Amino acid sequence: MTDAIFLGFPATSASLMTRTLLLRGMLVGLIAGLFVFAFAHWAGEPSVDKAIAFETSMDQAKGEAPEPEMVSRKIQKSVGLLTGALVYSTALGGIFGLVFAFARGRLSLARPRVLAAWLAILGFIAIVLVPSLKYPANPPSVGNPETIGVRTGAYFLLIAISLTAMMLAVQLGRYWSRSLGSWNASLLSALLFLILVGVTSHFLPRIDEVPAGFPASLLWKFRIASWETQVVLWSTLGLFFGWLTERSEGLSQIQGHSSRPMEEMRYS
Amino acid sequence: MAQSIADSIAQPVAVPVIPLREWMPWALFGGLLMLLLIYFVGAEQGATSLFQGRMVHEFVHDGRHLLGFPCH
Repeated sequence: MTDAIFLGFPATSASLMTRTLLLRGMLVGLIAGLFVFAFAHWAGEPSVDKAIAFETSMDQAKGEAPEPEMVSRKIQKSVGLLTGALVYSTALGGIFGLVFAFARGRLSLARPRVLAAWLAILGFIAIVLVPSLKYPANPPSVGNPETIGVRTGAYFLLIAISLTAMMLAVQLGRYWSRSLGSWNASLLSALLFLILVGVTSHFLPRIDEVPAGFPASLLWKFRIASWETQVVLWSTLGLFFGWLTERSEGLSQIQGHSSRPMEEMRYS
Repeated sequence: MAQSIADSIAQPVAVPVIPLREWMPWALFGGLLMLLLIYFVGAEQGATSLFQGRMVHEFVHDGRHLLGFPCH
């Protein structure tokens, strides 16, 4: 935890602020990645194993040789999953820190833990929830290898559309709140977001490649586990990041009463 | 939406705003690096490949499935 203590220290000038927030985001993401790994290993791996067993039995029934294992299952579900979880979470945490650096005081005057929690909620909706409603997570053996190009393109396109719609909705919500009040403006911008993502995703390709005989309960369990994994990630990011930021700003208030930039750090 | 967050909280004395010209370089290079990392976990050796083979894909296979990326 020495890193946490270091990152918790106040930046000496405003120019270092972005760097601090980026690094803090990455650190929080790294820790969230450990939770993600533990949770995914516990909640998700049983479904992955069963799905692979289904795939193998289908191959055998068709008389095809099973796919050669380049990386053993043991490695895939331990070191492989850990690496994927850590890299993905750290990178997402870094981006989270950058977005927080942009939003602080500019999009919202809320105190850090409130802003971080809101960014995590909106980020989860835009990046995970909405895209996964159209293109849910799929276990092994669901998905035709020949359509990987279309599926990947459509998935990332929907994430981009959903993120753009979210940014537009937030901006318009801020604009509308001057005349409509914050409650009505929030409702209106949420409605706008839903219409934008609803209409655009309607025109994106429909993908349904669940093989005949694949257990419905297994598909359900896998997709729920995938969602829950993302909830673990985003809630850790939002809550832990906000806490660390408030902690470091509290420190800077105690230590930096004489210097003016530190005075500006006060938020409530 | 963001406005509603601010309204429910006692108005702060001063909230530091990072000037865009100081935010931009970090966002550009840091953001690109982060996106590259996400690409390697989520999509490399699937639809597109920067490296030959299937090792990256196979190594992060389970994470890719469970994080919701299209795989295979």
